[in-house]
Amino acid sequence: MFSRTWQRLSSVVLGLLSAPAVMADWELNMPRGITEVSQSIYELHMLIFWICVWIGVVVFGVMFYSIFKHRKSKGAVASKFHESLGLELLWTAVPTVILIAMAVPATTVLIQMYDTTNADVDIKITGHQWKWQYDYLGEDVGFFSNLTTSQDEIYNRTDKGENYLLEVDKHVVVPTGQKIRFLITSNDVIHAWWVPEIAVKKDAIPGYINESWALIPEGQEGLYRGQCAELCGVDHGFMPIVLEAVTADQYQIWLDDQRAAKIAEAAAALGDFSYDELMTKGADVYARSCAACHGSEGQGMGSVFPALAGSSMALNDMAGHIDIVLNGKPGTAMQSFSAQLTDVEIAAVITYERNAWGNDTGETVTPKMIIDAKK
Amino acid sequence: MNSESPKSSNQPGPKPGNTALKLVLAAVAMFGFGFALVPLYDIFCEITGINGKTAGPVERVEQWVDTSRTIKVQFLTTNNAGMPWEFKALQEEVEMHPGAWTQVEFWALNPTTEDMVGQAVPSVSPAEAAQYVQKTECFCFSQQKLKAGEGRNMPLIFSLDPKIPSHIGTVTMSYTIFDAGAFAE
Amino acid sequence: MTTATANHDDHADHGHHGPAKGIMRWVFTTNHKDIGTMYLWFAFTMLFIGGTMALIIRSELFQPGMQLIEPEFFNQMTTMHGLIMVFGAIMPAFVGLANWMVPLMVGAPDMALPRMNNWSFWILPFAFGMLLLTLFTEAGAPNFGWTFYAPLSTTYAPSSVTYFIFGVHMMGISSIMGAINIIATILNLRAPGMTLMKMPLFIWTWLITAYLLIAVMPVLAGVVTMMLMDIHFGTSFFDAAGGGDPVLFQHVFWFFGHPEVYIMILPAFGIVSQIIPTFARKPLFGYASMVYATSSIAFLSFIVWAHHMFTVGMPLQTELFFMYATMLIAIPTGVKVFNWVSTMFRGSMTFETPMLFALAFVVLFTIGGFSGLMLAIAPADFQYHDTYFVVAHFHYVLVPGALFGIIAGVYYWLPKWTGHYYNENLGKFHFWMSFIGVNVTFFPMHFIGLAGMPRRIPDYALQFADFNAIATVGAFVFGFSQLIFLFLLIKTIRGGEKATDQVWEGAEGLEWTIPSPAPYHTFAEPPHVK
Repeated sequence: MFSRTWQRLSSVVLGLLSAPAVMADWELNMPRGITEVSQSIYELHMLIFWICVWIGVVVFGVMFYSIFKHRKSKGAVASKFHESLGLELLWTAVPTVILIAMAVPATTVLIQMYDTTNADVDIKITGHQWKWQYDYLGEDVGFFSNLTTSQDEIYNRTDKGENYLLEVDKHVVVPTGQKIRFLITSNDVIHAWWVPEIAVKKDAIPGYINESWALIPEGQEGLYRGQCAELCGVDHGFMPIVLEAVTADQYQIWLDDQRAAKIAEAAAALGDFSYDELMTKGADVYARSCAACHGSEGQGMGSVFPALAGSSMALNDMAGHIDIVLNGKPGTAMQSFSAQLTDVEIAAVITYERNAWGNDTGETVTPKMIIDAKK
Repeated sequence: MNSESPKSSNQPGPKPGNTALKLVLAAVAMFGFGFALVPLYDIFCEITGINGKTAGPVERVEQWVDTSRTIKVQFLTTNNAGMPWEFKALQEEVEMHPGAWTQVEFWALNPTTEDMVGQAVPSVSPAEAAQYVQKTECFCFSQQKLKAGEGRNMPLIFSLDPKIPSHIGTVTMSYTIFDAGAFAE
Repeated sequence: MTTATANHDDHADHGHHGPAKGIMRWVFTTNHKDIGTMYLWFAFTMLFIGGTMALIIRSELFQPGMQLIEPEFFNQMTTMHGLIMVFGAIMPAFVGLANWMVPLMVGAPDMALPRMNNWSFWILPFAFGMLLLTLFTEAGAPNFGWTFYAPLSTTYAPSSVTYFIFGVHMMGISSIMGAINIIATILNLRAPGMTLMKMPLFIWTWLITAYLLIAVMPVLAGVVTMMLMDIHFGTSFFDAAGGGDPVLFQHVFWFFGHPEVYIMILPAFGIVSQIIPTFARKPLFGYASMVYATSSIAFLSFIVWAHHMFTVGMPLQTELFFMYATMLIAIPTGVKVFNWVSTMFRGSMTFETPMLFALAFVVLFTIGGFSGLMLAIAPADFQYHDTYFVVAHFHYVLVPGALFGIIAGVYYWLPKWTGHYYNENLGKFHFWMSFIGVNVTFFPMHFIGLAGMPRRIPDYALQFADFNAIATVGAFVFGFSQLIFLFLLIKTIRGGEKATDQVWEGAEGLEWTIPSPAPYHTFAEPPHVK
């Protein structure tokens, strides 16, 4: 680790001297963002910032002047004045005027931000510990979105990818040129949904629905990354958001693809899967849906999250294993995965858990068994 | 213990003990105020209709129906963590005139092997619309008891006050269902 | 720790031979100087404990990836760091300074209620001992942030939450009793001739702070009692399942929480208002304005709480109200800064260590105030809320703000307490290392916050790495610099150049009319103030 530190320090120095591409690491300011609202916020931010800078320059200027000139070592003799009603009134009135000047644009922008009327697209966003769930209202499209950064990257066993901690398996796809309304709630504790580039941040509160909106102009198609912004437990830092803005046409195609995929998955669940297919898929599902709590080697995390490697449930109790993945365990952080994962994925991950890390039961759990268990 | 209370007898005026007593009473009063904030908060929300909370049952009155416009009303359902019931709105949305009485149905099923009690909590968006939502019957007014394996339809009968501002074109009514076993009546 | 001078003529009552001997002196003392000393040492110890937690946090955040601790423990560290610093370091330190200086500055022989004073102190080691012990339980310490929002802190909390609640109750009782004592002392025991408008600013700011404490600590007690009831007695104050509301928690908590942050800064305003006139050899500019400004800040502090909740989904009118009210606080705060600068202007300044810390306070607290003004702008706050920009803001007002104020006060009054001048070179060294450390730690946090790094995360995306590394380096510099202070304190207590009664050339006030070190009992006969 010592040499890594030197690597870091020298890359810092070199970075300072080299290409602008590296300057992204030295980001000093809020992004302008891609929407009218985000840019209004940015401009308001800069306005207040510069007013503060100027006030600081004046006040500190007088202060530093005084520190240099009015020192005893320079022979300064202290004056006796100690009050002035005029000055007090002046420096009460002037800041008041400045504040009113700030409050006017602030009010305008806030009113804009609160206007959720006439939306074209409605997306319900539900915060869970520790992932986001998206439902496109009226479109029969809904899915969960999990962090895909691997435990190996997090625990420094492999190099970190470019979008470390800001990548997910399913993006929130939205159309440009249309007003999108976000309806935000939570399944458990308070979370907050935040994407800086569109300047949307709203608390996700269990039992309540909050709303926000964004209109991404045409031409601003792309990927925009955000994070949960309210402490929500252990993996608060590990539940990001990736917003994918596409053209309105591409959005419709995507919706159709999602609906078709759902039908295909339901059909696929009735088919046959080999042990190897299930293990491969299971490893993938485990990495993104289970490993954060149960560990990349099934080792668990202390007394907080139980180990799966060598556990009696994984070795013996197949019915209990299926039940706990499907229905969760109330009163604990183990949630029900029946809505989050397809029948194929559930069958695969349970197969994986019963055979990986030396568990070696040789058992296979098929999607048909999962469908039966749900009845 | 060496020192005694500092002499206050060489000074006229209130004794420290009196001041202290008054301040203790003030502290106790503020503790009570903290608890009073709970009903005050609810009253404030009810009077102003803000925070998206809807009021209790109203009597059904035939009122003027504003046929000049319709408002889209969406119905959302969410299960709180650890609440395994099936819970969904049988209609995702309705278009209705302000003032007209409408009935929609929700479906709830307890798939477990235990009898359970659920409580649905309503929330309205935009928050300012909440004060215009009038409900005569709502499954959210009371706890819903479902035996193991039992399922049933639950009605919601409501109207939107015709005074609802014209800039509101969509109202979203969201219900989150909680396991209320701990609070069973 | 005062040396006992068995000066029997100092008091008209009988048989005292100075303080008792041994440990029981400290257990049973009702002497304001002893109790002040205990509060200050307790606070200093808690500063190091909370500081160690900060260094654990900053060590983990030195690089992206999890290197040293697990996310669960990280959440315990951030929570405990906040609780310990707010309730264990800053608040008791100010109470310690009040205990020492309020009777001396008003010409009273002791606090109004000396036995209650003893209890106020001794509750604290028990409260914090209990809280710290939860770190060693299997379930771990509280992990829900020092702001402990429900339902994370109720339904989803570890079992240590119950000990947390008891600790908060105990500490709250201590604060309330301390505040009662301070008000009773200031209102009833001032020397004849000391009218309210002749009181030193430190007394004014503590008087107002004490009223704030009485108003809001009970509300904190209320909110944790509600939590206790939700967790153990089946109520549902904050649980929507039973008809409650998690947002209610935030309203009640911040109704306490906002005045709380003014409780943590007003005494520092008072200290700085004593120090700058002394070292500028010029009276405080605008005394009356300073009193009115402090009162305005205290009043306004009750009506701005929801600016901590701008993203919670409040209605537009409410959000606007809280934005306007919050912006208003900038006015009296600005007035105070202008008055301090006017005190310096055309003075005859020297720059001993207390003055250095006081001047740094004025500059750096103002910077924290500017970021506070930016945060007040509700639309912009949607991008700042729950990011490192907020962390930067409150650390600027609390560390180079409140803490530098406390340190300045300690350097200022230390010769009076101990009878020795501290070593000025070491003091200046402590100052410069702290000044550099504090800025290297917290200034970069403005940038990472603006760039999009959320709070309370143990690991972060790669673009935040470089400034995080810098902040960690700064944190170690700042943290270890406080060892200089510890060394200097012990050295000064044990010996050094003898201090005069006046101590500082420009110092004014009753505390400078008694000997250095201050005798165990003072002002048995009240002085007359002209």
